[in-house]
This record gives sequence, structure tokens and C-alpha cells, in this order.
Amino acid sequence: MNYNAKILSADKDHVLLKNVGKIDPMSIDAYLKAGGYEGLKKALAMDPKKVIDEVSDSGLRGRGGANFPTGRKWTFTAGAKADQKYIICNADEGEPGTVKDRVLMEGDPHQMIEGIVIGAYAIGATKGFVYIRGEYRKSIATITKAIADAEKKNFLGKGILGSKFDFELRVVEGGGAYVCGDETALIESIEGKRGEPRMKPPFPPVVGLWGKPTIVNNVETLANVPHIIKNGAAWFTKKGPAGSPGTKIFMLVGDVNEPGVVETTFDHTPKDIVEKFGKGVDGGFKFAQIGGSSGNLFTADMMTNPMTYERMAEMKVSYGTGSIFVANETRNVVEFLSTVAEFFEHESCGKCTPCREGTHRISQIMEKFEFGEGTISDLDLLEELALVMKKASLCGCGQACVNPFLDALKNFKGEILAN
Amino acid sequence: MTNRVKLSIDGMQIEVPADFTIMQAAKTVGIEIPALCWHNDLREEGNCRVCVVEVEGQPTYQPSCAYKVADGMKVKVNSPELLRARKMVLELILSRHNMDCLNCERNTHCELQTLADKYGMRNNRFENEPEWRAIDNSSVVVRDTSKCINCGRCIRACNEVQTAYALDWDGRGHQKIASTTANKPLADTTCINCGQCINVCPTGALMERDDTGKVWEWINDPEIHTVVQTAPAIRASVGEACGLQPGYLSAGKLAGVLKMLGFDRVMDTNFTADLTILEEGTEFLTRVTKAVKDGDKSVALPLITSCSPGWIKFMETFEADFIPNISSCKSPQQMFGALAKTYYAEKAKIDPSKIRVISIMPCTAKKFECDRPEMCDSGYQDVDVVLTTRELGRMIKLHGINFDMVKEVKWDDPMGISTGAADIFANTGGVMEAALRTVYELVTGDPIPTMNFTPVRGFGLDDHGTITAKEAAITIEKTAKGYEFLKGVTVKVAVAHSTGAARRLFDAMRKGEKSFHFIEIMGCPGGCVGGGGQPRPTSWKIKAERAAAIYKEDDSRELRKSHVNPGITQIYAEFLEKPNSHKAHELLHTHYHARDSIR
Repeated sequence: MNYNAKILSADKDHVLLKNVGKIDPMSIDAYLKAGGYEGLKKALAMDPKKVIDEVSDSGLRGRGGANFPTGRKWTFTAGAKADQKYIICNADEGEPGTVKDRVLMEGDPHQMIEGIVIGAYAIGATKGFVYIRGEYRKSIATITKAIADAEKKNFLGKGILGSKFDFELRVVEGGGAYVCGDETALIESIEGKRGEPRMKPPFPPVVGLWGKPTIVNNVETLANVPHIIKNGAAWFTKKGPAGSPGTKIFMLVGDVNEPGVVETTFDHTPKDIVEKFGKGVDGGFKFAQIGGSSGNLFTADMMTNPMTYERMAEMKVSYGTGSIFVANETRNVVEFLSTVAEFFEHESCGKCTPCREGTHRISQIMEKFEFGEGTISDLDLLEELALVMKKASLCGCGQACVNPFLDALKNFKGEILAN
Repeated sequence: MTNRVKLSIDGMQIEVPADFTIMQAAKTVGIEIPALCWHNDLREEGNCRVCVVEVEGQPTYQPSCAYKVADGMKVKVNSPELLRARKMVLELILSRHNMDCLNCERNTHCELQTLADKYGMRNNRFENEPEWRAIDNSSVVVRDTSKCINCGRCIRACNEVQTAYALDWDGRGHQKIASTTANKPLADTTCINCGQCINVCPTGALMERDDTGKVWEWINDPEIHTVVQTAPAIRASVGEACGLQPGYLSAGKLAGVLKMLGFDRVMDTNFTADLTILEEGTEFLTRVTKAVKDGDKSVALPLITSCSPGWIKFMETFEADFIPNISSCKSPQQMFGALAKTYYAEKAKIDPSKIRVISIMPCTAKKFECDRPEMCDSGYQDVDVVLTTRELGRMIKLHGINFDMVKEVKWDDPMGISTGAADIFANTGGVMEAALRTVYELVTGDPIPTMNFTPVRGFGLDDHGTITAKEAAITIEKTAKGYEFLKGVTVKVAVAHSTGAARRLFDAMRKGEKSFHFIEIMGCPGGCVGGGGQPRPTSWKIKAERAAAIYKEDDSRELRKSHVNPGITQIYAEFLEKPNSHKAHELLHTHYHARDSIR
């Protein structure tokens, strides 16, 4: 399968997608010609602390879905005393409907690698890993080739570009578990253990891979870094609304007239994105699930809010990875929820009770409704269970996977019962 | 001085050490937060979620078993929302548990059952779906997945404490279940039969093979002469198996209750523990003489003890390069078996084919040991059946005996007399201490200045709760005739308990970081007081109470050195000639073979 997501946004608005589809991803020279590795050159001339300051000042937040300020995360690791530190690029893109990391890796691999090397320099890591989702064969091949090329040009390896900084980068292939997108489960997986999350605290920036301070950043997050260093934090903060700087890659899937990938600033509303870039809903709008299978369900009125961190927090929702799955009025909510339930029943790692048993029971309850046997007491049980899972599960998977169910109970209870 | 922090728990202001978890902090005000995956002796994993609490400022509940206190922290441990959440978690756990409690070995003393009672569980809204698999009774540790609640304590005990790597997770999500390596029958794994998984299991998912049926049959068969022996550790734990407090000790009541149950002859493994010291001490001095005096490089030193069958199988599997170093002495229980069907049979004029030797052991691995094919030197299977402390407890319960009221009696002759040196075989360091009491006197010709050799006592836990080996050195100042070559020699000894600690010790020795003359290994944490056949629950505190009772028993004895045991003098005079004689070798010594560690 060779999936090429269509880019729907305009070239002039692109930062991360600037080279995607424009240059040969297999050629490091093409990346250099397009101004590549200049951010790294600039960073190596800076004090590592200054690099972190620049990233902190930019206001860049994690693009994997948790929105944690990147500079702050780096500060924890930079400040930790250890004989070895690691940086890991989380490329285990597993949220259904999410393809942004793949587009970035397969379209412009060096942009991400440059970001990793800068991050490593900033925090003092001499070893790094790119943990790529196992099914992403082309991404693995592309990144592997790009690493080899970067080593030849001394963007990786010993004494990078004449500095005293050594950094080694390796690809690790994921085994296919959704939960390995969680940074601690990913770390366990690299250590050769079952991909199950660890208890936090301690957090990976302090106690991570093999017990050493470790930064785990998403592909898209790291892809932003070279641009921030090259152009300065002020350049970044000027993009988009105050408090939500930079651009974000959103993905349009489901019942939209034109599915594809959009890079834009945070002042857009989901409705804008659907209409402006996706050429509108294919049919009448029912709801959108934003941020993958654990994402919130957005009703029509929620679609008109800009996707700033501030506004999302007020609404107590998140845009997660940035995928926007649009459901038109022909979609049956029960069928939709059953699919989600089956996904999480399959993907729960099984470590903690609420998620291990809860995902299974939610799936059973949804099955009852699919067969027209569900009752109102089943929905009460579903709600009680979902609320406990949200609060008592060990990791983000169990805590977030109930979002679509709780949202559906709020907005589509009648339809579920009618089934 | 440890730093202390102030925090509030359900509105109560308390001050506790800064390294406390919320669960520990709650305990200081008398609140016991429920726990299933947490166990005192294991690394906390926070997976069961029945111990969750609300920490102000945290959006989600936190596991109190692992979450550390902090200054100014505000915690709710018993809010209505929390109690509802815990009850839901418990409902989910119970929905996957085999609810046939009345027919379960853990009935009335099951951690899950107790918790279900505390939380007033009355009905379950989810369909009951236990993980039905064939019961694995391939080995002495029996596994029933239908009762497993996926707490993972067994796996942590096996892989992290013991490093035996016989247990592992199988499956993912709701199909996940605690299982064995590659789902093989336990007998086909690297399992060392130590039973530590049983000790920590909160439910009836793990238990020892119950052999009480056979024993009742023999007791009730007038043709059969039953000879029972009890390991040194049993006297300090049988009380617990009968509902009494940890550390309850009475050797006399133990002998008494065994008579009440109908055993024909009640004798003591302590007798052969003393005998082991003579045999092993002589073996040690022979090896040292060859090595030091004769300069014989082929002699394997250090000498390593062989009393613990869990350790022996571990060594055969993972440390087989040390086979030449392992003492050829059988364990005291196997020495007893071989002598019961020869020496005792001759003396009592009983046809050995009619004798059944039953051992009461703190150990599940002893069940495996007595079935080893080489353990037949008497011409019969030396020991017929091994029962654990727990199984003995069940037999006592069946007869409705109040152990506290049992009349104290003496052990039967000729293998009932023992010394304090034998008592301490129950504790880690005890075999070493007992050996030193005898070897010191043989080598120096002087009485040992102090009986209690404390450097080898205690559990040696480091700050992280990891068991570390205890080490000691004794320089020989004065020597008796024949041992002049040892003058000025510093004898280095090491003691490790738990096979995990043993593995670390042997790894250090292979790297050349450490070297010793004599090493004691006990396979279980704490030694036999922490054996896999001991009453549940277990914790370091409980093990320490059992160990203290044992040391008290030793202190109270008139005879505290194995070589002064008159029964031992007698058996050499009448039967075995002298330590390490041809006959002793035939009956009391054995050999080992390497096993595949990739199973």
C-alpha cells in the first residue's frame, strides 16, 4: 500500500509541509538545497541552554496530543544529572485517521532528523531512537536511508560539524501496539519488554529509557524545532493567535468532500477547516470526532470555536493528534461507537484493571445495542464505568478512550436507546 | 534524620517521613487502603487500581501504593466517588474471577474475598467470565487461571525476586493472563518449585500440590508404619497455620499434634540438620586441607551448601558451572529419609517396605526433591511425601484441634534429639552459623568464644528493598593439631537468600569481584522461615518474627553445637562409623546435573 495523503492547504502557508512533495525525500542534497540543516548549524554555535530557551520562548507544545510545552520538558532532562541521556522520536502514529507523522517522515525525513539532533544537543543526549510504527514500512525505509546519509555528511555521528557534540541515532520498529504511543510504553518496548505503560511519576524526562533521563517527542513537534532555531522564537509566536503559536497539521477524514492533510494556524475553527479545505461535508453534518479514536465528539455548535489551547481547555476537549473525522447524518451512532469499542478492546494492553476489563465490557454493552438488546440500565452502567475508567486508569489510553462514549451519552442518548 | 512532611488525609493533618507512600501515610492514622497488586515484599506496579486516591491538583486518581507524599499535599482516601470507583474496579475484577469460593483452598483466607466483603459486594452487573484453562498440575506448584486476577505478584516474585523466569504474561487486553514462559506446563519451564509465587498470590490461583490425601491413607492403614519428620522452621510457623500470631513457637506442641493426628513415629529433621553439619563441615575441612595444605588446584572452593532444593534446581539450571562447588551432602530431610528406612528400620526392627516417611516442610521444592530419582539410597524412595506447613495446618484444622491447647511432648528416638545449631537452619545464615560453631572448634581446638555469629544474621535488605548477600571473614589465630596450615588464614564466607540474591552473588564471583571459602545459599527470601510452603500472608515483618522465635529457641537450648549432639555421636558409633565414611557417602551424599536454562 502506498498512501499519499493529499495536501489541501496552500504552499505559502506551509512550514512543516514546505518540502513535502516538492523535494526528493531520499536525497539529503535536495534538503540541503532547500535550506536544510541550517537550524542545526545555528544551534551548534549556541549554548545548549540558549537552544532550550529559544524553544521555550517559542511556546511550542507537543504535537502528539498532550500539548505539553516542549521547552519545559527539555528543561527537566537538561537539568537531570546522569551519565547518559536519551532522546526518542515518537513515530508510533497509531490514532486512527492520523497520518501526519507519516507524511512528514516520508515527505521530508531530514526535517525531523534535524529537529532530533538539535533536541539532543539541547538536553545533552548522545543517543537517540526513532520509534516508528511497524506497519509504516516506507517511513522506516525513508528514515533509515536519511540517517545513513546524515551520518555521511556528519550531521550525525562523532564531533558533529566540527563541534564536540556526538550523537548516534537508530530506528526501532514498533510491534504494532496502539498503547506504545504512550511514552512510557514506548520506552518499555525499546527496552525489549511488553509494551505497557509505567506508573508516573517518575516521568521519563527524569527516569526514562533504562532508567536514564529521556525526552520523548512526537515527529511533528521535532519537525518544528529546526524552523524555530533558524528563524527565532519571535518568528514562531507571530504565527497564529496569541497563546497558540505555530502551525498544526490537521487531517480530514470521513464524510468530507475532499479528505486530506491541512497545515494551518490555530485560529481556524474545525468548521473552517472542513469547509475551506475539505470542500464541505459530504451530506448533512452530524458530528465530528477530533483527535483519533479517543477524541471528543464535536457537535455542530462546537465546530465553530477556534482550536486554540485556551478555547479547547474551556470546552474541556482536546484536538488530540489533529485528525478530524466527519460523520454525516447517515452514520449510525451505535455502529460508530461499536467500532471504537472494538478498537480499544483490542488495543488495551491489559495492565490496569479499569482499561483491561472496562474496554471489554464497553464493547459488550455496545454489542447489545447493535443487536437491539440494550436497555437504559446498560447505558447507566456504561456511564458509570466510563467515568471510573477516565479517573482510575493507569495511562492516557484508558483515561481517554471513554471520551467518545461520554460525549455520545451527552448528545446522542436518545438515538442509542432507539437502536 | 529522615525528612518529614506535613499533609492532610481526609482533612486530618499528619506528619510522616518524606519517603512514605500515601498508603503508608494513611496507615499511620489507622486507615488501611485496599491493595491487591501491591505486596509488601515486591516492587509496586500500580496495576490493580483498588488503592486509588484523590490527590488535590491531579486530574486523575493516583495509586496510593506507589504515590509518594509531599509537603502540603491534600489527599482524599475515602470520598464517596473514590469508594464508588474502587467498588467498580472490584466488580470488574470479580467479574473475571471463578466465584466457586466454598470449594476453594483460600476460602475464608483469601485477600480478594476479604476485600469483597469489606466493600459489601452483593451482585455483579457483568457476566462472570473467568479465564477457564486446564488446571496446570504438571508440577508441585498448581495453577488455576480461573482464579487469577492479573495482579502480577507471582510474576514479580518469580522474575524479580527469584530471577527464575518461569512465569510470564500471556495475551493482551482482556485476554491477558498471568501464565508461564511460552504457556508451557510449569514442569517444562525453568521453575525451581520455590513456591514464592504461591506465597504472594492474593487468591487461590496458585497453590501447592495437595498430598494430604495419601498421608491420611497411610495413617489409617494399620499395615503402614508412618514416620514423620519436621523441618527446623515448622515449629516457628505451624502456629500461624492454625490461626495463631506470627512467631508463636512450640516444638513440643508440634510433636504433640503430630501424635494426635496419628503418626506412628514423630522425629525431627533437626537431628539430620546436626548430622549435615558434621558431614558438610568435614567435607569443607577436607577440601580446605587439600587446597591449602596440599596446594591441590583441582579442589573446588568455595564450598556451597546444598540444603535448599529450590536453590539446587536453580543452580543446576542457571549456575551449573558451580556444580563442583556444591556440597555433595543431601539436604537434612533426604538424609532423614535414607536413615529412617535403614538405621531406624534396623533399630526398630520394622520392614522398611512398610515404612512411609512423611516430611513437614516450609517448602514446596522439597516435594520435588523427594521425587528426584536419585533419592532412593535406602533401597526405597527415601522420603515418600512432603507436606507444607500449610497442608499440616489443614490436617490440624480437619481434626478440630486447637493448637494452642495441645500438650507438649518430646520427640521420639532415635532421631529426635537435636541442638540449637539445628534450630537456626530455619533462618538465612543459620546453616553457616551452625557450621562455624562446629568447624571453629575442630580447627582451633578451643570452644567458640561467642555462640551467636551475628554478621550472617538478618535479611541484608538495601535501601531499595533488594536482598544483598551477607559477607564475613574470620582469621584463624590458633590451630588444633592437624590444622597448623590454617594458622593466620582468613576464612571468607558469604550468605545469600533468595535465588535472585544468589544469582547476583555468583555473577560478582564470575567477574572476579568477590571470592569466598564457604557460601550458604537458601532459595527463599529470609531462608526457610520465608519458604514457599509457609502460611500466608507473608511479609518481611512476619518473616522476622519467625526468625526471632527461632533464635530465641536456639538461645534457650543447653546444647547449641551439632557435634555435641549425643544422638549424632551414637549414630556414628552404631551405624555410620565417621563423617564422610563410605556408608555415610552411600546414604547421605548425592550428585547434581546441569539442566537446560532455555526452556
